[in-house]
Amino acid sequence: MSSAMNTATPAAKHTAIGARKLHPADTAFRLSLLSAGAIVVIVLLSILTIMFIGGKLAFDTFGLGFIWGTEWNPVTKIYGALPAITGTLITAALALLIAWPIGFGIAFFLTEICPVRLRTPLGVAIELLAAVPSIVYGMWGFFVLAPFMSEYVQPWLTATFIWIPPIGDSFFWFTAPPIGVGLLTASLILAIMILPFIAATTRDVLQQTPQLLKDGAYAMGATRWEALTGAVIPSVRGSLFGAVFLGLGRALGETMAVVFVIGNAIRMPDSIMAPSATIASVVANNFPEAEPGTLDLAVLLALGFLLFVVSFGVLAVARLLLRQERMS
Amino acid sequence: MLTQLASRILRAMAAAIASTFLISTATAQNITGAGATFPAPIYSTWGEDYAKAGGDRLNYQALGSGAGVTQIINRTVDFGASDSPVAKEKLEKEKLLQFPAVIGAVVVIVNVPGVDGTKIHLTGDLLGEIYVGRVRMWNDAKIAALNPTLKLPQIPISPAYRADSSGTTSIFTKYLSGVSPIFKERTGAGNSVAWRTGLGAPGNAGVAAAVKNIKGGIGYVEFAYAADNGMQALKLANKDGKFITPTVPAFLEAATHADWEKAENMAASMLSMPGAGSWPIVSPTFILVPRNAKDPSRVQRVLKYVDWSFKNGAAAADRLHYIMLPPEVQDRVRAQWATLSAGGKPLWPAN
Repeated sequence: MSSAMNTATPAAKHTAIGARKLHPADTAFRLSLLSAGAIVVIVLLSILTIMFIGGKLAFDTFGLGFIWGTEWNPVTKIYGALPAITGTLITAALALLIAWPIGFGIAFFLTEICPVRLRTPLGVAIELLAAVPSIVYGMWGFFVLAPFMSEYVQPWLTATFIWIPPIGDSFFWFTAPPIGVGLLTASLILAIMILPFIAATTRDVLQQTPQLLKDGAYAMGATRWEALTGAVIPSVRGSLFGAVFLGLGRALGETMAVVFVIGNAIRMPDSIMAPSATIASVVANNFPEAEPGTLDLAVLLALGFLLFVVSFGVLAVARLLLRQERMS
Repeated sequence: MLTQLASRILRAMAAAIASTFLISTATAQNITGAGATFPAPIYSTWGEDYAKAGGDRLNYQALGSGAGVTQIINRTVDFGASDSPVAKEKLEKEKLLQFPAVIGAVVVIVNVPGVDGTKIHLTGDLLGEIYVGRVRMWNDAKIAALNPTLKLPQIPISPAYRADSSGTTSIFTKYLSGVSPIFKERTGAGNSVAWRTGLGAPGNAGVAAAVKNIKGGIGYVEFAYAADNGMQALKLANKDGKFITPTVPAFLEAATHADWEKAENMAASMLSMPGAGSWPIVSPTFILVPRNAKDPSRVQRVLKYVDWSFKNGAAAADRLHYIMLPPEVQDRVRAQWATLSAGGKPLWPAN
């Protein structure tokens, strides 16, 4: 085991200290670090395996139709995951669209414009947002935000954007009965939930920008905006994406808050304000009553597996984009 | 094979979770039960009163009907509780005795601006059309025809339903499937179903809040939630064509019309009962005990608790808006208990 590690890190042999035989304590330390790293991979793989095994009955029954099916009917035992997958992707994307600019604005404000005295309290306030339990966001969304949306925001949106032509007769953009809960409200709640992650990470990234770069930009007579877009952002672009991944991961898997505000309708949404469902909310709603050994439970585990795959896929695509960005 | 393994792991986990709960109070003599959320308040209240009167202590986990059935099949609890009756084959295979314990009613609550919801008349058929999205506006001609004196606004109907799978949904959809052909065809009955329109909210409280929040909302909840939250419950047509306000006497009348004689395993239906004053959505909720218990005295403890509650629980039931089983049905339940035996000796009457 230890010899395998030595070959894995040949550099250690050539340093003055590494030339000696490894001290037992050193070996123990290495081993403990290795197992710490291995635990992540083992846990990840075993979760994936268990969920696949548990959900196998669903994949056997419906084949790929499980992913593309739009009908979710517990009575006839026909299960298609597409409505839940769609809801998951739309809410996560909308949440990111809302939270990213705001989070970036907060971060830039904190690092560049905010008076030094205010920086710490504001920073703490944002981090506190991250500490609010998701059930609290859910209840706030359900009892406060949803009535507000139904009373003011949704009627206004419907009236303002009525001119957007619908996609066939299946998607009407902003035209929907104002019921308060649905994709848009869920996205707003998710945006608030991921905002602190994006803001805090972006702030840390911006603080790492070499002062020399910024001073250089200002010395050239750049405005704050020009310094930001011309000097700061290009130098930390890659890390800025990292901040977004964190938020995206949370938005895709968030459960409790979403259950309250998404409207829990497992059918294809016909507008941006329609009630919908996410993979996580469907599993949470149906798990307590799913009996072992039944197709119902297999379907939920298969959904869990799909969420894993979807999250993994989204993050992989994002990283790929990032790599291309870096190379260009 | 592998799925069996996974389900076995899940069962073991469920058992482990259940046993952690049990350990905490293991010193007192305990009755453990798990299952339906709908009767949980009355079971717990009866349990407290029973303990105060010197009986055993009840530890009831409101995990949902499905979980209750699973736990009693695995024998991790002394009794299971389910809102919908368990199928005959399953009862025989798993060696379970099923009996009704208490009766509940589901009512339809509404929020129509400018209209007193308690004055709205609907038929079951029309309610079915609303819940499949055929009737979408409150001023629809079909609704107006039933309510000529009301000035119904031109706003969309937003049907609310339970997001979690639930016994209340099972009772409500069973009722709608019986009275509305289109609902039966397009949605059907079950603990969770494919709703064609509307929104889902978590729990009875969630549905009540959704209806309160949404102008034009309509939803179904257990009677207790409507009564406690001051929601407006509409009048539904019963089998005799009479429009009935949901009240305890109306539930009782429905309960007395249930046909216990023909009901297998005591799973009598109380939906759409005849009788001029019967409320149409009434249902018993059931308790399951093992016929082949390892420790028969534990089953006896459950029976004693239920028997005590039958005799002394009326006041609590009234306070919490549940309906007691009629006395003759209680006697039928006791007669069923007498069929339980261990080592040739009957478990009931217990002493």
